[in-house]
Amino acid sequence: MRRTMLGAVVLAAGVWGCGKSSGSASAGAGNSAVAQGSGSPAGGGAAGPTGNATVSGVIHFTGTAPANPKIDMSQESVCAGKYTTPPTDPQYVVADGKLGNVFVYVKSGLPAGAKYTAPSTPVEIDQSGCLYHPRVFGAMVDQNILIKNDDNVLHNIKAVPKVNRGFNISQPQAGMSSTRKFPESEVMVPFECNVHGWMHAWVGVLPHPFYSTSGADGSFSIKNLPAGTYTIEAWHEKAGVQQATVTVGAGETKTADFTFSAPKA
Amino acid sequence: MRNTSRAFTQTADGSSFVQASTRGVLGTAMVVALLSLTVSVTLHAQDGKAVYDKWCSGCHGDTGAGDGFGSKTMLPHPRDFTKGVYKIRTTASGEIPTDADLRHVIEVGMPGTAMPEWKSRLSDGEIGAVVQYVKTFSANSFKQPAKTIAIGKAPSGSGVDEGKAVFQKLECFKCHGAAGRGDGKSAPTLKDDYGNPIRAADLTENWKFRGGNSVNDIYSRLRTGLDATPMPSFQEAIENKLITDEQLWRIAQYVHSLSPEKAPTPREVVRAARATALPATPDAAGWNTVERFWVPLVGQIIAKPRWFAPTVDGVWVQALHDGRSLAMRISWDDPSKSPDPAWDEWLGRVSKSLTDVDGPLATQQGPDRLVVQFAQNPNDESQRPYFLGGDAKRKVYVWRWTSEPRVEEGTEAGLGKFTALPNVQVTQAARYADGQWQVQFTRSLASADSTQAPRFTAGHAIPVAFFAADGSSGEDEIRGAVSTWYAVYLDVPTPTRVFVAPIAMIALSAGLGMLLVTRAQRREQNGAGGTDSSHLEER
Repeated sequence: MRRTMLGAVVLAAGVWGCGKSSGSASAGAGNSAVAQGSGSPAGGGAAGPTGNATVSGVIHFTGTAPANPKIDMSQESVCAGKYTTPPTDPQYVVADGKLGNVFVYVKSGLPAGAKYTAPSTPVEIDQSGCLYHPRVFGAMVDQNILIKNDDNVLHNIKAVPKVNRGFNISQPQAGMSSTRKFPESEVMVPFECNVHGWMHAWVGVLPHPFYSTSGADGSFSIKNLPAGTYTIEAWHEKAGVQQATVTVGAGETKTADFTFSAPKA
Repeated sequence: MRNTSRAFTQTADGSSFVQASTRGVLGTAMVVALLSLTVSVTLHAQDGKAVYDKWCSGCHGDTGAGDGFGSKTMLPHPRDFTKGVYKIRTTASGEIPTDADLRHVIEVGMPGTAMPEWKSRLSDGEIGAVVQYVKTFSANSFKQPAKTIAIGKAPSGSGVDEGKAVFQKLECFKCHGAAGRGDGKSAPTLKDDYGNPIRAADLTENWKFRGGNSVNDIYSRLRTGLDATPMPSFQEAIENKLITDEQLWRIAQYVHSLSPEKAPTPREVVRAARATALPATPDAAGWNTVERFWVPLVGQIIAKPRWFAPTVDGVWVQALHDGRSLAMRISWDDPSKSPDPAWDEWLGRVSKSLTDVDGPLATQQGPDRLVVQFAQNPNDESQRPYFLGGDAKRKVYVWRWTSEPRVEEGTEAGLGKFTALPNVQVTQAARYADGQWQVQFTRSLASADSTQAPRFTAGHAIPVAFFAADGSSGEDEIRGAVSTWYAVYLDVPTPTRVFVAPIAMIALSAGLGMLLVTRAQRREQNGAGGTDSSHLEER
């Protein structure tokens, strides 16, 4: 019995070795599909059903947001020099009761079996002043994410996903760039830098182009939706997630505001 | 077919499984195997389960989640196989390892961790089976074959200087420190994918490199990174033409050069050579030429609270005496000069990671500690005191140093059961630089009270042992790293007669020889040679 199994594995390994690799998540090649006129702010491409409905809104924030932690960049003068006031970690971007950096996306409600392909244009994330820009963003499954370094210091970019496979690459100098993509849907994939432990970013990876990140004014807009009833989720790195159900008809614009509040002391 | 048969012969060796014995069965089995490759892989993995359950699950857990009963006290924790993420690979960052990568780690173990080598215990077949089984914990990750990256050969010649320059350019020191001892500015903030604290490797102790210490091994780690750790792949630096592939090899050569050529082997006796004068400070040049002895330390896992994850893995010991005093310089690597606010975060992570130790760790960092312990009565050769701080019956005499820095002198009747002596004879001088402590202790050979503090006598060996603790990792008087007994032997001064006697002997034998020759000549002259002699004189 034992011999049988071992022998079989040896043979199996041989066959495997001859097989062609068909690797998935890594650098390089652009995507075959091209965006088909999607006006989504995220630049999503689409082969699946789109429309001209819009879900937009404002993320409100009540209470006093905790002060963003100060970052001690004294060990990194190249980055520290890019700030006129002491840098802080922008966990809460709050202005006039509006919350920025909230990732808002269609969690469910798209037609069953709808398949969207990623645009060939990459989304960009830059490392500048030892912080990520943007901090919160979206990308489609298999869409290239272009990672750039604007700082003349060593950064490592480590993705720590749960569904996808992570990576950990280095960019020791300004001007470097790398491209990565994720083959599976996952909200959110955290990015971190271990040289500068305060650096964090999050990318929401979705199989469709219907997502948006709230700006400094708290506003977001998800466009080109087909008519339907959707579960919309809003994600914030500290304040958690909220959901809303929205029904939009063709050509309609519906509002879905969310309100996050300061954590209880 | 022939290959297959050979594989059977090899893998059946040492296997404890039921073995097919007749050719008929074997032949049929081969056909079945050919027809059902996938199924047989699964069966193979099931063989691996038996091996795994017996030898691996204790640490890696029944479900491969790295949560076996032994896991909680270990740092680094055992690998969680359910993620399919591995440190030591020949594949790009983020990729699964090859079967050969997994096999290699099982065969040779992971130096500097609790993972031992298994080659001497498990057969090739068993290791192969367990590789297949381990993959089933993350079957999804292993759906596609692994892609090895092509690794060339090391360029000829040594490029240590260039390697050092590129090491600087890529800012490897940010984590590994200027001298490579894992004390870079970012070191206190480092964590693995599971939130556990993780050390930047001490590049001066390459015998603990997880993936091996050859130049080739080091190059591979630079190319592929160590996944699930902060160590990134430097492939991008080549792709972006920041450095060349050859320069990456040069870094590997440089890193390799930072450690001794061979891992140090402990020797029982530390020799205190006789010197005309003793160095005054630990950084005095005089120490550089003094022979150094490696004393390995291990976690103190006997007295509670036990400690399985010590920071200090050994001390270098040097000793000199001048006939009046004994000086010892103890050097050890510790990436933190405790207490240091930069390491507060680290201590928090250690406390969270080691949940199963005997009681909670201190919430505040203590100082770093070193205890040099001697047998209180070195003349009692029948029995040395208990190595762990002695006991009530046989005490030890100790120099108890902390990084404030100060030293106390006293006796111990068990680990941490310290009584100070009234007359403090020992002095200390400490230096911390680039992730290393160097502490010099000096004490007179004579003892103020030889019933409490032993006399150091030239020509004699005295039992000595060491204890070290890193305050930034929650280590204290009990939690730390210990050695067993070693000995310090004080060289005997070379007596004057050693130098005088040979000269006297030479003079004596030469004198006697001369005497004999002269006498013989005279005897000859008095006999037949008289005429000849006068004849010569006339000329």
